[in-house]
Amino acid sequence: MKYTFKGGIHPNDGKAATENKPIVQLAAPEELVFPMVQHIGAPCSPCVAVGDAVKVGQKIGDSDAFVSVPVHSSVSGTVKAIEKRRHPNGSVVECVIIENDGLNTMHEDIHAYDDIDALTKDEMIALVRKAGISGMGGAGFPTHVKLNPPADKNIDICIVNGAECEPYLTSDHRVMIETPKVVLDGTKLIMKILGVDKAYIGIEENKPEAISSMTECAKGYDGIEVKVLKTKYPQGSEKHLIKALTGREVPSGKLPADVGVVVNNIDTCTAVYNAIAYRRPLISRVVTVSGAGIKEPANYRVLIGTPFEYVIDSAGGLKEDVAKVVMGGPMMGIAQFDLSVPVVKGTSGILAFTEDEVKPKNYSPCIRCGKCVRNCPMGLMPLYINAYAQARDVEKCLEYNIMDCISCGVCSYTCQCEQLPSQNIKLIKDEIIRRRKQVK
Amino acid sequence: MEKKLTVSYSPHVRGYESVASTMLEVIIALVPALAGGVYYFGFRALAVCAVTVMACVLSEYVWDKLTGKENTTGDLSAVVTGMLLSFTLPVTIPYYMAAVGGIFAIIVVKMFFGGIGQNFVNPALAARGFLLASWPVAMTSFVAPMTKLKIFSSNADAVTSATPLAYIKDIEGAEAASYTDLFFGNIPGCIGEVSALLILIGGMYLIFKKVIRPIIPFTYIITVGLFGYLFDGGFLAGDFLYHTLTGGVMLAGFFMATDYVTSPTTAKGEFIYALGAGVITGVIRLFGGYPEGVTYAILIMNIVTPIIDKYVRPRVFGTGRGVA
Repeated sequence: MKYTFKGGIHPNDGKAATENKPIVQLAAPEELVFPMVQHIGAPCSPCVAVGDAVKVGQKIGDSDAFVSVPVHSSVSGTVKAIEKRRHPNGSVVECVIIENDGLNTMHEDIHAYDDIDALTKDEMIALVRKAGISGMGGAGFPTHVKLNPPADKNIDICIVNGAECEPYLTSDHRVMIETPKVVLDGTKLIMKILGVDKAYIGIEENKPEAISSMTECAKGYDGIEVKVLKTKYPQGSEKHLIKALTGREVPSGKLPADVGVVVNNIDTCTAVYNAIAYRRPLISRVVTVSGAGIKEPANYRVLIGTPFEYVIDSAGGLKEDVAKVVMGGPMMGIAQFDLSVPVVKGTSGILAFTEDEVKPKNYSPCIRCGKCVRNCPMGLMPLYINAYAQARDVEKCLEYNIMDCISCGVCSYTCQCEQLPSQNIKLIKDEIIRRRKQVK
Repeated sequence: MEKKLTVSYSPHVRGYESVASTMLEVIIALVPALAGGVYYFGFRALAVCAVTVMACVLSEYVWDKLTGKENTTGDLSAVVTGMLLSFTLPVTIPYYMAAVGGIFAIIVVKMFFGGIGQNFVNPALAARGFLLASWPVAMTSFVAPMTKLKIFSSNADAVTSATPLAYIKDIEGAEAASYTDLFFGNIPGCIGEVSALLILIGGMYLIFKKVIRPIIPFTYIITVGLFGYLFDGGFLAGDFLYHTLTGGVMLAGFFMATDYVTSPTTAKGEFIYALGAGVITGVIRLFGGYPEGVTYAILIMNIVTPIIDKYVRPRVFGTGRGVA
């Protein structure tokens, strides 16, 4: 039996370009940019000054807040500047700019533990925070917060998200094929921290190699089970992954912990293992560089802070007819206009699309075909929210449950009228969130 | 950087369907039934279809011109309206009446209310209702099948005959048709509604292509059949198949009731809508003054659609019975 959920779509997955390409370590550029916010939560303040010498893995920014993670340098060199720079999410934030000395001098703190079994739960959580780990699927929620749920939440299942349902992206896929043991060791540590004895690794069936690699390796681990999911977007959505694998539905407005589940991304497990076993902070990640606009699509292990331009140039550069560059997947990724922005902890992919792929269809008024309703994985009626969103009628939007929208983009994908419901809904939803924050 | 990049909210890719591609699928699905009409009633059937299609497309084009709007005929929806309208007309209909029907469908029912997506009833059916009220005799004179009318043949030569539907009404001279004749279309009737087989082929194509869902056609057709079975000529004495195969039930079930704009968007809503249309069709057929109730049944449910959509909503993920 394959696990799945109600609704969703089957976009062209575009993974063929990179799914068989092994992960290549990308050399460090000369200058790296480290935004002080790469996670959800309080921004960090720089803890180095201009002119300071830094080593690989040295902390360069931190915050006292609980929901926050520190930022580390991924190279050794000198702090060249601390200034406002563009973040791939479009905002301008404080960044530490480091000039690489090419010596790759490791920070003293990075070394293997003799006996990680002796570490207590709290020690391990502290190590995860210290390593600066935030969810690597894209949202970037601090992992140590997930691993430390309130005492009244009874966590009994740990899920590792290997669905990778976004088209084009193959970074998790490659990690599962190349280093399944590290992922599973990380999963085991997460299980130990949470005190659970059951973990599911959910993988979509369009990744047979990853499934066999993980299943084979998981034989040596008690309580870890690889589960095959039907290939359907957005299977990798946290709520739908939990629903498919456990039958539990996260109540509207609640978190996975409320149904006893903690979900982590594949590469996050790798990072957790490295943090606890080697005290190695999160300074690199796997990035898929793909799309019809990229000359030589590839999977790279990229140092955090490497500018997009550098990564794209390493992949042969952009083709002439490129019209859009996106960080993340084509369904939920963020369009870029300035390619000097750096790779951050949540950069799962850099995709380039050509004019043909992104040009809008002919606009038409909504013909009520109902495909958005049929395919909405959240059970919403996007056509009506869209109409009310365009009329800026917030009350009606709320009545039609706008806040339950996960911005998966399914409605816009299926819309034959080029109504852009997902985009219009997000605009109003973000506005509501902003206003609610102001009221608080 | 010199190269300018496009920036927008996600998603950055989309499906291949457009309004025109969907309408093209419907046109393809209508071709078998049209071919059937030409086979049974001659080339005049094709000419009637051409007249309504031209009337629809031209009136939309002229309306757009006069109101200073962009030409919207490229979405092919006017072609579909024209074809569907012709399917509900007798082959002997004078051309000018067919043209008036097409103009009414587009100008009054569609463009007056804001064009595509805004009409509150099905334009083709509303136009049929309008023609039925305006020229009742011309709209209810049917010739026997295989009376192959030439494009300019005089209608006076045609011998009229009662439709199998009239048999349900116990109209004098009406005879029951065999299931075979009903299924293949060898019966008197409107151009596109005589052959259940050819309509089914088109309907199945649309379902296969995922243009329509099976809920509306099957609920509607089965409801009409069941209603006939339950109440025609005494309780449980009716003929299920006869009711589903006669009149416009098949055509309306697959092509009229499934019109996106005027049917609900949820599965539950579609079921209620089709059930209601089926019951009203049965009531008009058995207890009303008209021999056929399909047109008005669907028009009535078209009007009910916004209410259904308002109250019948899908279960939002994480609410209701989904949450333990």
